[in-house]
Formats: sequence, structure tokens, C-alpha cells
Amino acid sequence: MSIRVLRPGLLTTLQDHGRHGLQHVGLCPGGAMDPVALALANALVGNEAGEAALEITVIGPELSFEEDTLVALCGAEFKGGFPHNRPVLARAGSRFNVGRAVRGARAYLAVAGGFGVEPVLGSRSTYLPGRFGGFEGRALKHGDALALRDPGASARFARLKKTHDATVRWSAPPHTLPDREPILVHVLEGQHFASFDPNAQRAFFDTVWKIAPESNRMGFRLAGPALVRVEADEILSGPTALGTVQVPANGTPIALMADHQTTGGYPRIAEIVSADVPRLAQLAPGGTVHFARCDLGMAAELRHHGKERLAAALRGIAWSYGE
Amino acid sequence: MAKRPIQPTAVVPLGDCAAYFEFADKLDLEVNTFVQRLAAAVQARARPWMRDVVPALGGIALHYDPDHPEVHGDAMEAAAILVQECMKETAAEGEDAARTVEVPVCYEREFAPDLEEVAKQVKLGVDEVARLHAAGEYRVLMIGFAPGHAYMSGLDGKLAVPRRAAPRALVAAGAVAIANELTVVYPYAISGGWSVIGRTPLTVFDAGREAPSLFSAGDRVRFRAITAEEFVALQK
Repeated sequence: MSIRVLRPGLLTTLQDHGRHGLQHVGLCPGGAMDPVALALANALVGNEAGEAALEITVIGPELSFEEDTLVALCGAEFKGGFPHNRPVLARAGSRFNVGRAVRGARAYLAVAGGFGVEPVLGSRSTYLPGRFGGFEGRALKHGDALALRDPGASARFARLKKTHDATVRWSAPPHTLPDREPILVHVLEGQHFASFDPNAQRAFFDTVWKIAPESNRMGFRLAGPALVRVEADEILSGPTALGTVQVPANGTPIALMADHQTTGGYPRIAEIVSADVPRLAQLAPGGTVHFARCDLGMAAELRHHGKERLAAALRGIAWSYGE
Repeated sequence: MAKRPIQPTAVVPLGDCAAYFEFADKLDLEVNTFVQRLAAAVQARARPWMRDVVPALGGIALHYDPDHPEVHGDAMEAAAILVQECMKETAAEGEDAARTVEVPVCYEREFAPDLEEVAKQVKLGVDEVARLHAAGEYRVLMIGFAPGHAYMSGLDGKLAVPRRAAPRALVAAGAVAIANELTVVYPYAISGGWSVIGRTPLTVFDAGREAPSLFSAGDRVRFRAITAEEFVALQK
């Protein structure tokens, strides 16, 4: 009883809310690049917000369902015709081809009751550099069979099965997708901001940065002007965080994403606020971003606004289910 | 030796979910010892809003939930107060409770691709390089770069070589490597720029283990030279 992988897509991995509390031994929390889309997908199928789902990147997989299950796809929009942002009853024997992303870069496919893989260090997230977690510590391949954990655990699945055609006419609003590019991302000045040349300081905020092809779950490389420091002295390796923007000696900034290293020896020019990291995660290589300065007060406002929007969407889903 | 008070040189936000308390911006072993003890003291407080306490070479990072009710809307202030409290009970000198981790290392040619080059650079025999490395008393200054990847001080000054000009695309899991005044053990096969002079059969990071990381920051480490036969036997 499972979901079979007919084609894996570009990079399809299981990701949940991440494994926390291990950064002191060098392990980053990891987890979904866009936890907002993950939470919406999970809510649509009646799961906890941080349950593991398939993180689908730019080119989606083709899947075949071997039993009736409730699934939902949230985040990036794909052109395969799979309904977005709504619960979908996948019948035994049906096939879905997710297709290619047309807006955004990452989508989450959640199934009612979650996937049947064992947590590693408290999480079902795939940590690719360490080859553990998720499905055998790796991205999905052709022929993989993903077990469903507990489809009966979802009251929403049970409720939807009882409706006469098992479809809904409502959908949850997309949250983190860019309406247009460049997207605007808010940052705090990093510890070493002042050590950059005044022209580099200006360029950081004036430039429309392009996500370089060599970007991945560890970090996004930002193509644009080289950022030069006043003195090219070495920085003592220090801690980093999700959203830290560091600048190696070649002057190309790197925004640290979900699978980032926990320490780094490059100067930190900026720190992306937590509310904007999921939006950045929705940019594919070639996508564009510019940065605006903010302070901790504004970071908190953006965070609260994001949380309120998500809470409202979750209430809307509950209401649609007649709860 | 005149005592100097250890005070933060910088307190900076790492975004809105973490802050960095820096006590030195250059490598300073006395400050690093203080940092390890401070991190342990902060960790021991285990506040519900704390997500992680990360000791680095010259300071500690506190990762937190900025919206936890107990921080009253100012997590960085709550973190600063906690760090200040813990600083009062943390000394750089005095009783050392650090444990010692013994690491068997095979320095034979098949496990030490850069040993000969290092020997040439420092003008010593390969056996002498291995002997000096195994004779040292090391200290884990920081875990970073990869899970379980420990930066250790204590390398004999005679073995100081710069990083390799061209990093190796793949360094074996367990590779013991040196650069400048530090030594490291690579947790798994990754690309690396340090000179590999041996390998341990121990698993440095194992996600399936109760304590996944062989090393913790602050540990004392001793290397013990083993033969290739012992390496194979220990690997099993």
C-alpha cells in the first residue's frame, strides 16, 4: 500500500519542520525550504503543520497511487494539471504528473496521515549532505515505493470520503509565491556590513540580484557585482543562521538556506529576516531579488503578519471542512 | 599571569531568531575555554524559548523562538540577560571537567595521501610527522563546517602547513587532516582543503547513534597510532 514513483522529478525529497537542537554538533535544522507552503499542504489533508511531505523542486515527479488517499499540493504552481491548494482524493490506480513549475520553485505534496518513514534524530527530513533522514537519506528515484503511515488518522480524509463526489470547490490562498520579480526581501545589517567598501554597501541594496545556477538547499549564490571589503583580512569562523548572507573572497554573496553549514569563516554582510526566507526559497535559478534594510522591530512585524495570514488560512480550511 | 576580564566584543543579531555573543575576533585559546564553559552554563539553564546554544571559536550563538511568551517580545534582550547571568558563574581558569576522547589513527601510506608532501614541506621524516601528530594533546575548539566536524587546537608548531592550494574533491570519511595550527577529522566523504595525514576507523557522526557526534566542543582529544590491520579490525 503505497505511492509509487514513476519519474522522480528534478529533486524530490521528504521534508518536515526540521531537526532542531543539534546545531552545536554542526547539524543544521534543515527541513522544508518553504515551511508556510508545507503547513498549508498538511492542513488541507488534515495533518499537523510540520508533518513530512514531498518537497518538489522545479520539475515535479510522476506518481501512481496504489490505494485511495487524500493529497494536497501547495507552494509553487506546476503546469501538469494537478489541482493546487486544495485537497484531492487520489483513487487507487490513478497517476499524477506534477509537471514543470510555472510560478515559484518548490511545492509540497502532503498525504493524509503522513509518509511511513522512521524519524532520524527527531525528524523525517532528508539531509542530503549526510545521506540520512527521509526516504533512505536521498532524493526519490524511479521505482521507489513510499509507504503511507496512517491514512486513517486524518479526520478530514474521513470526512471528505463521505461527500458524494469527494471533490471540493474551494482552495487555500497561496502565500509565498512571487506576484512579480524582483521580490523584495528584508534584511538586518550583518556583523561585518561596515567592513565592506561604501560602494559595496550601496551595491548590496541597489542591485537586483539573480539566483545563480549553482544554488541548492544549502545556499543561494547571488549573481551581481562583486562585493569588495575595505580590508581583506580573514574573519574568525563564527556561527551562522538560516538567512545569513555571507560573502566569500570572490565577492559573490551566498544566502544560507535550510541545509546550511552551522559555522562559517566568511564575512556576514546581512541577515535575512525569518518571515522572508520562505519567499526567497520560492525563487528558482534565474529568479531575481533585491534587499531592503530593516530592524528587529520591523522583522517582528513581518513575522507576526505572516503568522496571522497563515493562521487565517488554516481557519479558512477548517471552516471549509465544516469544522 | 595577569587576569583580564573577558567581556563581549560584539553582540549582534543573526536575523530575528538568533544572536551572537562574541568575546574575541581572533583565535584565543583562553577565550575559547571560557566560551565552552559559558555555552555549557547557558545550555544548563534550558529556557523554553532557547532552541540551540552553539559555541564557536570566539563566542556563542543563541538560537531562539522570538515569539515565545517568556521573552516578552524582546528575545535578544532575554538572551543577553541570560548570557550575562551565566558569565558571572563562568571562569576561564580553574577546574577542568572536560572528558578525553581517544581516537585511533592509521598513518600508513594508503590512509595518508598528503603525509609525504607535508613531511617534505616541514623537512621531517614521515614517521616523525606521524609521531608528532599522535603525541599531541588536542582540544575541540568548535564543531562546524559539517555535522561532527571538530576543529582542534594543540598541533605541534613544527607541523604547521598552509591549506592545500587546490582542495581535494573528495576526502575519505574519518580522514585526519591538518592546516596551520589546527587538526580536524572529516566526518564523511566531502571535499576538503586540508592535508590528510591519516584516517580513523571510528564513525565521527552517526545519525543513528544516541550521541550522534563523536566530539563535542571543549573535549580533550588524543590520537593513538594504529596499523592498517588494526584499522581494518576496528572498522568491523
